[in-house]
Amino acid sequence: MIIIGELINGMFKDVGRAIVNKESDVIQHLAQDQVRAGATVLDVNTGPYSKNPKDDMKWLIENIQKVSDVALALDSTKADVIEEGLKLVKKRAIINSTNADEAKMESIFGLAKKYNAQVIGLAMDKSGVPNNKERRIELAATIVAKAMDFGISAEDLFLDPIVLPVNVAQAQSREILESIREFRLLCDPAPNTTVGLSNVSQGTKCRSLVNRTFLVMAVANGLTSAILDPLDKELVDAMITAELILNKNIYCDSFLDAYRKR
Amino acid sequence: MSVELVKEKCAWAINTVEIGRPGGSAVKIGGETCMPFLYHEGTMPNKPLIAMEILDCEPTDWPDAIKNTYGDVVRDPSAWAEKCVKGFGANILCVRLASVHPDYGARSTDRVVSVLKSIVGRVNVPLVILGSGDDERDNDVMPKVSQALKGENCLIGIATQNNHKTLAATCLADGHSIIAESPIDINIAKQVNILISDMGFDPARIVMHPTTTSLGYGMEYVYSIMERARLAAFIGDKMLAMPFVLFVGQEVWKTKEAKESSAIQGVNWEISTGVAMLQAGADLLVIRHPDAARSLVKYIDEMMKGAKS
Repeated sequence: MIIIGELINGMFKDVGRAIVNKESDVIQHLAQDQVRAGATVLDVNTGPYSKNPKDDMKWLIENIQKVSDVALALDSTKADVIEEGLKLVKKRAIINSTNADEAKMESIFGLAKKYNAQVIGLAMDKSGVPNNKERRIELAATIVAKAMDFGISAEDLFLDPIVLPVNVAQAQSREILESIREFRLLCDPAPNTTVGLSNVSQGTKCRSLVNRTFLVMAVANGLTSAILDPLDKELVDAMITAELILNKNIYCDSFLDAYRKR
Repeated sequence: MSVELVKEKCAWAINTVEIGRPGGSAVKIGGETCMPFLYHEGTMPNKPLIAMEILDCEPTDWPDAIKNTYGDVVRDPSAWAEKCVKGFGANILCVRLASVHPDYGARSTDRVVSVLKSIVGRVNVPLVILGSGDDERDNDVMPKVSQALKGENCLIGIATQNNHKTLAATCLADGHSIIAESPIDINIAKQVNILISDMGFDPARIVMHPTTTSLGYGMEYVYSIMERARLAAFIGDKMLAMPFVLFVGQEVWKTKEAKESSAIQGVNWEISTGVAMLQAGADLLVIRHPDAARSLVKYIDEMMKGAKS
């Protein structure tokens, strides 16, 4: 399971403030804490209020890379901000993200090819987020086909069914979980799958429990990565245990400890 | 129509463990990135090695088929060691400290240390040192043995799930590598490795003993455990990425097929078990009969011909 740490995002108040005030220690601690907790990739997002996202992306990456050589997921809707990041990363990056719109895919897959990056593909297009799994699969297949046109392997794609809050779109969760299973069958080798996990619990009272339960169900349906809060220890423990039950790792009494030594 | 072979490439390697005096007699085991001898899938940078086993006292319960091959030297451990190295070309020696076991006379730690020092004085090969199998005696003797051999970078055993702390601490202090044993159980194998590494022991200095069984006595089960551990290691399970040691001689020469028939049948039994274990992924075999050791070295050399340099 590839854990993409979600905490370096300008949308969070402390990070937004750190970006404005150039408090590099705040960012660096967040990076180190997430890696220590098991994140193998860190999402980097300058947030919606960044006045100069290109410069902010550059500043974030430079400061993270001063303390960690972890891979980064460059999270922006703007291709030029992503490209700024791609020029700086030390390890192979993930672009977060493209959707199934033709122009967007052309631009993002072009960058992925140029900089040898992996890509998160959102199963949505300009008409919005689908409300059934059939449409999600159709859009995911469009993304896979386009990636192949660019010579990008399916294993370098992370297909995201778009998780919706359970208190807003309760009927969607089953569709989303089934989509994850179907995405894995789109081609061989199978594409990776991912979710922006915390979205499922948005606005609910028991966020951690909802996240944890959804994650375990998604893992059982073939999820191979997730953007989540790695500092939620119970969440990561549940994920490790789910993978254990699916026989992805060999059991031993200290299996949580063993997983974290990987 | 040609059939294309399915090739599995893996990103992770088995740890490389160095045994023996650094810059001197040291040898390396492990480091492979493929299942045994499948060179089209990966590499085996270090060939599997054969250690010859001796005791620190006369082996009263070994069959004549082995004792007769060595002759009188079995009464003098350092002469025995020398015969293995100079007479039979052993590159590694495994010294089992049987004499400290209550059933073998419970001899003193001082005597054991002096025997080991005389062996080190006579031969210049890496040493594998095994306790007697009696936990209480071994926990008393092994720390002093480890200390006396400081700098020799030995491979010392045996640590188990319920008795690993003393040995791990002493090996850590004196710079030796350690053998972690599990009772044909992959879950316990992983657990012992974690317990030892949790003590601050470098996982790259642990060698696993998955338990040895002889041909005809459940060898297939050991084979399957080794194979499963290897496949897990190749997809990133660091707590199973240790080289394997197997005590083939010890198990084979207990069987009635080896003991109670002709010497040649015993030797062949030891060779057959050894070959199967090499094919299961063994990195180090401990062998008792010199003829079996010689044949297994030849077999390994033959199998390594396809290895990429």
